[in-house]
Amino acid sequence: MNYTFQFGVAFAQLPELLKGAVVTFELGLLTFWGGALIGLLGASLKTFGGPILRRAANVYVIFFTNTPALIQIYFLYFGLPEAGILWDKFTCVLIGLTLNAGAYLTEIMRAGFISVRRTEMEAAETLGMSVWQQIRFVIVPHIAKAIYPALANFFVVILVMGTSVGAVIGVDELTGQAINISTENYRWLEMFTLVAGIYVVLTLIASLSLALVGRWAFRVKAKVF
Amino acid sequence: MHHLQVKDLSSAYGPLTVLRSVNLTLSKGEVVALIGPSGSGKSTILRVLMGLTPPTAGEVLVDGAAIDYRSAASIRSARERMAIVFQQYNLFQNMDVMRNVTIAPVKIQGRPRAEVEAEAVRLLAKVGLADKHRAYPDELSGGQQQRVAIARALALRPEILLLDEVTSALDPELVNEVLDTIRGLAAEGMTMLIVSHEMGFVREVAAKVVMMDKGQVVEVGSPREIFDMPKTDRAREFVGKILRH
Amino acid sequence: MLERIVREIPEFFSPQNVVLLLEAMGTTLAMTIIGCVLGFLLAFTIVFLRQTPGRLMLPVRLAAILYVEIFRRIPFLVVTYLVLFFIQAFVSDASLFAIAVIAVCIYSTAYTADIIRGGFESVARQQTEAAVAMNFSRWQTLVSVIIPQSWPVILPPAVAFAVGFIKDTALVSQVGVFELTFRGKELNNAGFSGILVFGTIAFLYFTMSYPLSRWGRWLEQRLASSPSKRSQQRLRPAHRP
Repeated sequence: MNYTFQFGVAFAQLPELLKGAVVTFELGLLTFWGGALIGLLGASLKTFGGPILRRAANVYVIFFTNTPALIQIYFLYFGLPEAGILWDKFTCVLIGLTLNAGAYLTEIMRAGFISVRRTEMEAAETLGMSVWQQIRFVIVPHIAKAIYPALANFFVVILVMGTSVGAVIGVDELTGQAINISTENYRWLEMFTLVAGIYVVLTLIASLSLALVGRWAFRVKAKVF
Repeated sequence: MHHLQVKDLSSAYGPLTVLRSVNLTLSKGEVVALIGPSGSGKSTILRVLMGLTPPTAGEVLVDGAAIDYRSAASIRSARERMAIVFQQYNLFQNMDVMRNVTIAPVKIQGRPRAEVEAEAVRLLAKVGLADKHRAYPDELSGGQQQRVAIARALALRPEILLLDEVTSALDPELVNEVLDTIRGLAAEGMTMLIVSHEMGFVREVAAKVVMMDKGQVVEVGSPREIFDMPKTDRAREFVGKILRH
Repeated sequence: MLERIVREIPEFFSPQNVVLLLEAMGTTLAMTIIGCVLGFLLAFTIVFLRQTPGRLMLPVRLAAILYVEIFRRIPFLVVTYLVLFFIQAFVSDASLFAIAVIAVCIYSTAYTADIIRGGFESVARQQTEAAVAMNFSRWQTLVSVIIPQSWPVILPPAVAFAVGFIKDTALVSQVGVFELTFRGKELNNAGFSGILVFGTIAFLYFTMSYPLSRWGRWLEQRLASSPSKRSQQRLRPAHRP
């Protein structure tokens, strides 16, 4: 093997890489919350909407869950300019990932909606609660607790799988930074090994925090490992 | 020499002692019943004998030869001489009745398939399930499944049969068919160690009754002695409670 | 914009391009299937190793656990690059397709291992006890009792994962494999409208992903029935001998 490892060089670049990690987190958080809003809307349409709205939501979900996020982003970055819409790299990745995440989150939230059983609502009704009270005190807590593990897991998935896609069109999140630096110091293997390690640490921290929050806020036993 | 002898057997699960210096003997062809309240360790003894739970002290001897439960080879040979029927029957859900009964003798004991299948047919007829060869466990009643489990254990040609509360999970109307099968085995002279709550059955079939409580042997005697003239307070208390109905 | 697309369509859908795209679809499917099947076998091995008892085997069990926990937390793009650089350090002219398949395999092994382990653990402990009490070896218990009973719980998620992976293979375009996304980028670079190109590519991915995911759900329904019903399904003659 004619390759000598020089991890020292890689470690020296840690601050630069961590800047990328910050972007990864930003992207992850924005994508998740944007996607969650879309998911809430989509799940509501699919559960309570009329046939046309349900159809529309369905088409949206089926399209975005059966096409690659990368292609969705390529479409926004290379295709939309032809229609006069010029978004920068970060925005394209953000919007593309958000639309993608929204589709998956629609399904996750819908599962939560469905899990509220009619009997729970009837019980709340007999207790004299108004519809609004039913929603606030019975339905929302129930749904939140039911879908929290799935949501927490999905957030980590976005962090890990979703955001790295941005590197392909040059966004400077963690993977993107690795590419940038490697093209200069040619220490590709070391840089990427280091980056892999950072991702593992990042996701472990995220999973652990979310599991702890879940345990404390909802008394939900979410999986850490 | 006893067929099976348990000497000062103890078993602990961390800080929890499940069996405390249990002593027990079975002669060839003898049927011994283990009775006692839940958690008294009756089932644990059977599990230890079969190598499913490790003992922490004491000895188990089959025909005078000690079994070393730390040696895989020794446990294997113990399992060639003893077979167990579980409370929950534990039939293999993915196999039909015939396969459940024949798989171990053929695949593990290496006996010829034709011979094993012929014997399986005989055994299934004996337990009253001659027409159920191709049925799957989920198509059978609890009593039927338990009888298949007994046939499965017998197909292994064990010297000693261990029965762990085999009627406790059954609906009342299904209990008798299983008890009938066991009566037949007792009449044929099979050495059996039976854990049971069915006191009427125990009185009828067992030569010796061992009463246990909190992991210890409380009293040993013939059914008449234990049920009609219990010597120790705990035995008296237990017998009083269970015989009231 | 629309008129540009309409103008480009005939040239875009030229016979050569269509063939190119179909071949690329084939490459995408091949990478996914080969990689995921190999990954499934490897995952099974990892779970088997992870469940091996005995103090001596502790390092092996640890290695199995670490493998899964680590590779589940690294993005596929990074895994692909790592495989690329690592292999090229040894074999400078290795086939990019092979590299991609290896990357898919390594990644899917980690995810599939959890699916398989979950499946094995879903089989009631008592089934294993009954087998152990009859002197079944660990392997025999797995083959005769556990695997047949855990199929319905393992196969659907494993299939769903593989089908989902079809989309993730888009990332290997970054290392130069001639799959669908790579061809799309090529065509876009050659001057074709981005909307036309990536819209079409998206559609082509859809035609692979959607039918297969519906088939996966049918498989799940089929496997959800009880063992007795499943045996009857097998006996229903597809064609008489």
